[in-house]
Amino acid sequence: MNRKMITLSRIIKTGMVNFVRNAWLAIAAMAVMVVTLTIVLFSLITNATFANTIAQITDKIDISVYLKDDITAKDRTKLVENLKGLPNVKAVTYLSKDQVLENYKKQNAGNEALLSAVSSTDNPLPATIQVKPRDLNKIQDIKDYLSKPDNLKLQSDDPSYSGDRKAAIDKITHATNILRQVGIFAVLMFTIISVLIIFNTIQMTIFNRRDELTIMRLLGASTWYIRGPFVVENIIYGIFSAIMSIVLIKILFMLASSALQASSLGLLDINYAATYFNAHLFVLLTIQLGVGILIGAASSIVATRRYLKFKTK
Amino acid sequence: MILLDRVTKTYGKHATPALDRISVHVEPKEFVIVVGQSGAGKTTLLRLLTREEKPSSGKIIVGGIDYDKLRDRDIPLLRRKIGVVFQDFKLLPNRTVFENVAFALEIVGMGNYEIRHTVPKVLDIVNLRGKEKRMPYELSGGERQRVAIARAIVRQPKILIADEPTGNLDPKHAWDVINVLEKINRYGTTVLLTTHNQEIVNKLKRRVVTIEHGHIASDRASASYKI
Repeated sequence: MNRKMITLSRIIKTGMVNFVRNAWLAIAAMAVMVVTLTIVLFSLITNATFANTIAQITDKIDISVYLKDDITAKDRTKLVENLKGLPNVKAVTYLSKDQVLENYKKQNAGNEALLSAVSSTDNPLPATIQVKPRDLNKIQDIKDYLSKPDNLKLQSDDPSYSGDRKAAIDKITHATNILRQVGIFAVLMFTIISVLIIFNTIQMTIFNRRDELTIMRLLGASTWYIRGPFVVENIIYGIFSAIMSIVLIKILFMLASSALQASSLGLLDINYAATYFNAHLFVLLTIQLGVGILIGAASSIVATRRYLKFKTK
Repeated sequence: MILLDRVTKTYGKHATPALDRISVHVEPKEFVIVVGQSGAGKTTLLRLLTREEKPSSGKIIVGGIDYDKLRDRDIPLLRRKIGVVFQDFKLLPNRTVFENVAFALEIVGMGNYEIRHTVPKVLDIVNLRGKEKRMPYELSGGERQRVAIARAIVRQPKILIADEPTGNLDPKHAWDVINVLEKINRYGTTVLLTTHNQEIVNKLKRRVVTIEHGHIASDRASASYKI
């Protein structure tokens, strides 16, 4: 082994030995890291769950275009294709008069009065094109397209986004936008707070051992020979804490699914959150490990700096 | 080996200098005793030599290294050439006796095999065989002092600085320590010793530099000393 390898292996070994010898300090520091990393993880999952709820709500919203009974198959196909070509259109479904009637019957099964009003021979319901927009905030271009005189000619009635439903759609859009922003803001806030708390904790553990640092300095140890073990030690904290936070959330979900029979708490869909957590376990673990290791390493580098300086006066 | 040329050290802007235009020249393999009352400037002198402090003015050259030209990143290399026994020992609290001594060798990149062979020999010299696994807080003051000495001499430095190494010892152990210092001096190490112990100074019959109020009061070969 050459000198550099010997030194590197010593730095790593010392870091691990220190980790064991400073067990109590390590546990205290890791407890703080686990709590804060868990909050970050929790806010990540909550944010994803809200996003999913929002997506589900917006997915249920579509624009129904009602066609006149007498338009040709060619005009109809052209309209469907053109709608599909619009940038803000996610999906277009055509329902013939018969299909619309079928749906109507299903929806109103058991309601004889409503059912008797329609029959296959005398079907008052128009054929319908259902348009699903990608972004609810930008349905203006779809509206504009449908309002063109050529297209208006084909329609028996105004598209269904207008009137009562438009107000509802606008409200949902507004609410979901705010929720999304709040979610991102919360994740950012919790991450910043966590970083600060962890940084402070590590700084305190190093402050406790500042004498050690100055002694090593006096004996002629190089900067990295002194700093290295602290960095290694704090990286170990980060790794343990990241794994612990994942395990903690996993246990919470297991408890929630058995104790809380309810699958949803208002907007927070627990079932989805659990599914999301399990499906993204690896990604979440990687994020947690990344955050833990990065904060651990960066904090110990910054915190050791002041004790390693040489006098300049 | 050690050259101080009109070195002044002032702490703070208008304070009286801790050291005032001190000039000392120490030849290689010399054994020099620095005496003086507490606060006379002995420790400041040693702290300047280890580059813990920077002189306010004057020139310091140790082992051919001019401190004015010493870059920060080379300070560790300088300190590895000098063995220091600190007044307050400065042992690493979380490491065993063996590890404390081995640390001095680890930082210069010595292999594990060599370290395992060298450290016990040095612990033998200071009579600490069998206490390798003790932690510093389990040792008496005298034992800690001897760990500090072992750590300072284990690298066989060209220069050894010992700041009151007999301060906490009973007369017998104090002489053991002095004998160790004389021994490594015979092997060719320059020794700079500060002490209060009149008996040691008088029996050693070495060069004595007396510092009073930041000035050199006397510098005589084979001198005696009275407090």
